[in-house]
Amino acid sequence: MKHARIRHNGEVLDVTVNDDGDILLADGTPLDAGQVTWLPPATGTMFALGLNYADHAAELSFKSAPKEPLVFVKAPNAYTGHDGYSWRPDNVDYMHYECELVAVIGKTARNVSRADALEYVAGYTLCNDYAIRDYLENYYRPNLRVKNRDSTTPVGPWIIDRSQVPEPNNLTLRTYINGELKQEGSTADMIFDVPFLIEYLSGFMTLQPGDMIATGTPKGMADVQPGDVVDVEIEGIGRLRNTMLSESEFFKNAKEQSS
Amino acid sequence: MRHALVEINGDPVAVTVDDDGLRRANGDLVGTDRLRWLPPVSGTMFGIALNDRALLESHLDSFNHPPYEKPPTRPVLFIKTPNTRNGHQRAVSRPAGERLQPGPSLGVVIGKSASRVRETDALDYVAGYTVVNEFSLPEDSYYRPAVKAKCRDGFCPLGPWVTSADEVGDPAGLAVRLSVNGELKQEGNTANFVRPVARLIAELSEFMTLHEGDVLIAGVPAGRVDVQPGDEVAVEIDRVGTLVSFVTEEGAPREGDRS
Repeated sequence: MKHARIRHNGEVLDVTVNDDGDILLADGTPLDAGQVTWLPPATGTMFALGLNYADHAAELSFKSAPKEPLVFVKAPNAYTGHDGYSWRPDNVDYMHYECELVAVIGKTARNVSRADALEYVAGYTLCNDYAIRDYLENYYRPNLRVKNRDSTTPVGPWIIDRSQVPEPNNLTLRTYINGELKQEGSTADMIFDVPFLIEYLSGFMTLQPGDMIATGTPKGMADVQPGDVVDVEIEGIGRLRNTMLSESEFFKNAKEQSS
Repeated sequence: MRHALVEINGDPVAVTVDDDGLRRANGDLVGTDRLRWLPPVSGTMFGIALNDRALLESHLDSFNHPPYEKPPTRPVLFIKTPNTRNGHQRAVSRPAGERLQPGPSLGVVIGKSASRVRETDALDYVAGYTVVNEFSLPEDSYYRPAVKAKCRDGFCPLGPWVTSADEVGDPAGLAVRLSVNGELKQEGNTANFVRPVARLIAELSEFMTLHEGDVLIAGVPAGRVDVQPGDEVAVEIDRVGTLVSFVTEEGAPREGDRS
């Protein structure tokens, strides 16, 4: 089953999506996809991994793979839904996408062992963990100005039940810009997998239902520009679309929506 | 005006606090013998590290060397995750085998959505101020995000209340004092911030919308101290309030939760 959150006629609704892509209310009534705004399917804290694929770590000139997960935290202001908009600030040289598998926590997790960890996963979604390299500083790196920008972490379209993803460690990830394949990799190359990360995080803090673990991205980064349509896709999970706007377009739209 | 949230017979109740005690919305006084203080706000908690001049200066030598290369040019930010939120007169547990350090700070409570606000207008977006104790394990490096040091359960007591912005006035020049078992251990002043409150709001809201109920943990002064199980820790801020926490050993029953 695929679970999504949408806005329809001003109301936020929990819906399911069937195999034909129909969006269904709890009573089975279908909604017209054209009348729906996709929202992030979960709204808890996102724990995101840096350098969690050996090939990507090498691409960023790290000589050896990390011994301990590099975890950073995102807050809900950063999330945006499927078919939404992100923005590229004016005057930056390099903003890139990152296609990532996201595990969504389904029940409170504290001191969970690796062997039991998947029982705490409700399902999976995907995210595009955009980064702006111009803004990297060597303090709490990757810093919030790089990774916690408004609407710059698309998440969705939905959460697919864990039972429908029997092999989370053998999924192909792909990113397309304007339909052209730019990034391809496999979750098989992840350094710290989902069970490890749940054991690690729950070993020192409590994970809550709705929290998300974004598991990092393989190599194959490329710059994105205003006007680009960026699709991140994971086999068996979904395809998440995002359109890049310029800074001025994004804030003009935001102002019009709030007025 | 001081606004607080307390739990009475299991229910959260919004109250105001004056010289006579705690009052419900209808003006009735609330008995204080059976209540528990809850955190007065529930938005995202953004911390600003190294915002005390003496603290920053004490690190400048090392900040000109690897891995930092140069001192920070923007606010050094972190997120206290929702599991860290804790109330007045509650227990904070010291993880087994670790050192625990309180972090007294002014908490700036956002009153309305702030996106791209100018420094000159920024204080219009502040609802009020609270007292925060930003507990952390000692940090020997600022290079990577301090999730393990700062995101433990209960590591962010705040309260007891939010004192409205008009009652506090200028947020610069407030003395911040930490005492352990009644003895003064750490002292700072909001006049010594590298970036004053209005500037923080302007710089953060450039890339993140701050929402009603979000809290900026504006800056912990130099000189963090270790605390031990059994200690009573109090943070006092001029014109804002005094926040008390009880340190317990991890795994101990939560008897430190006195009301």
